[in-house]
Amino acid sequence: METQIKIRDLNVYYNKVHALKDINLDLPRGQITVIVGPSGCGKSTLLKTLNRFHDLADDTQVTGHVELDGVDLYAPDVEVTEVRTKVGLIAQRPFPLPMSIFENVAYGMRIHKLARGKELRDKVKHYLEVAGLWDEVKGRLNTPARDLSIGQQQRLCLARGLAVEPEVILGDEPTSSLDPISAKFIEERLEELKKDYTVVLVSHVLRQARHLADYLVFMYLGEVVEAGPAEQVLNAPKNDRTRAYLQGEFY
Amino acid sequence: MKKRWTLAHLEDRAMRTIMQLASLVLVGVLAAILVTIFIRGLPFLDLDLITKTPQGGFFLGGEGGILNAIVGSLLLAGGGTLLALFISLPIAFGINVYTGASRLASLLRMALDVLWGIPSLVYGAFGFTIMIAFGMRASLGAGILVLTLLQIPIMVRSMDEVMRMVPSELSQAAYSLGATRLEAAWSVLVRQALPGLVTAVLLAFGRGIGDAASVLFTAGFSDRIPTSLASPSASLPLAVFFQLGSPFPEVRGNGYATALVLTVLILFISMLSRFLARRLSRNVIR
Repeated sequence: METQIKIRDLNVYYNKVHALKDINLDLPRGQITVIVGPSGCGKSTLLKTLNRFHDLADDTQVTGHVELDGVDLYAPDVEVTEVRTKVGLIAQRPFPLPMSIFENVAYGMRIHKLARGKELRDKVKHYLEVAGLWDEVKGRLNTPARDLSIGQQQRLCLARGLAVEPEVILGDEPTSSLDPISAKFIEERLEELKKDYTVVLVSHVLRQARHLADYLVFMYLGEVVEAGPAEQVLNAPKNDRTRAYLQGEFY
Repeated sequence: MKKRWTLAHLEDRAMRTIMQLASLVLVGVLAAILVTIFIRGLPFLDLDLITKTPQGGFFLGGEGGILNAIVGSLLLAGGGTLLALFISLPIAFGINVYTGASRLASLLRMALDVLWGIPSLVYGAFGFTIMIAFGMRASLGAGILVLTLLQIPIMVRSMDEVMRMVPSELSQAAYSLGATRLEAAWSVLVRQALPGLVTAVLLAFGRGIGDAASVLFTAGFSDRIPTSLASPSASLPLAVFFQLGSPFPEVRGNGYATALVLTVLILFISMLSRFLARRLSRNVIR
């Protein structure tokens, strides 16, 4: 396994609350990492350190290091907008931008000047295809994105995120607001995407973790209790808490 | 399962009646005002009134019309709205994009609320004091400046309210694509809030065009259409005021007709605002 994301001595504080405690992790390239744990254990908080989303909140303080291919994302000379193009995020609930379907996918490419004209149109088509949405929307690209179903919207958000050419895709329970069929569709897409991208998901659905994870991280009360290849953690957890959680004794 | 009359039912029924009565009072007052203006003003409303400036002795029942006041009011309120927009939008942006829930933002909001509550006459007097200090005369330009001050609080606070209603997840979606704060604000906040922003601008225009006290000292009054920012300007509210105070029934009638013109203008603006808001909300995420 080749490490792409290296987390060292990471701590996060919300005001006075110590939300993440001394996190050290190595996340593998080209695999799906799933972070599991009970509500409030810091899963999402950890995920948001990977694209520096905590920068947006004044009352949140992050210390420590997150390295992406050896570059510390928290180094003072790192441009945060660039971090967020390299590390894309799919949110819990899809929020299309208030524009047309086409413009939603084109938006990121426009602000980063990645493509224009015909190239832009081709890329929009390409990413909509990758997200498995093209056939459903090709005849109505200029209609408002809000008219899509919620499952389609989540795939649109995936296409939109892929369009800025990230290396890592984060998913904050990206299927939790979707119906089972849409959720399965997103899961299938993510499985395909790991050929080209590193995927890190937060999930509270154990079934999903079992199904998708190559690498599993179990968190409890702001700490990483256990992390390792999914098969090993799922079948032979070393820690009692992990075992209890996996057996559904708490969630 | 038979229907019974419990206290909760009675309360419910009573509350609904109170609500209906209160609404009736509101609609009744509006209707009464409109009917008064229409009955008293309509007979005096003719083409001359809205296409001619006052001729000699107009305010004593002579020939002419109120074109000076119509144009003056549109210039005053239009100019004020335009200037206020240039100041209000950055403030509304600042509060919602850059300062967030900080103390500065709440301080600004409080300042704006206080400014909103200050009577327009005080704005007028304030403007007048400044004008005296600089040796200026009542003019269109001064009137526009004071109206700008009057309009800023209402415009910023209305913009602020609609921007605050934009879900933070929407801006976060833009941030997660690597947008800067300004890019996210333009592409998400403005687009999402656009219908409300237009309403805010037209609301401010409505306040500007309907206000008499602030332009009384600062824009003055003139029988002529202003030719420059330095010349004094008439306005519809003041035209109404002057004419309604006349002992001549003919002139008072013209006053009601002037009020009718002003009311129709405001009605038109409010309908335009609703129409635009609907048109512009095509892409808005709900």
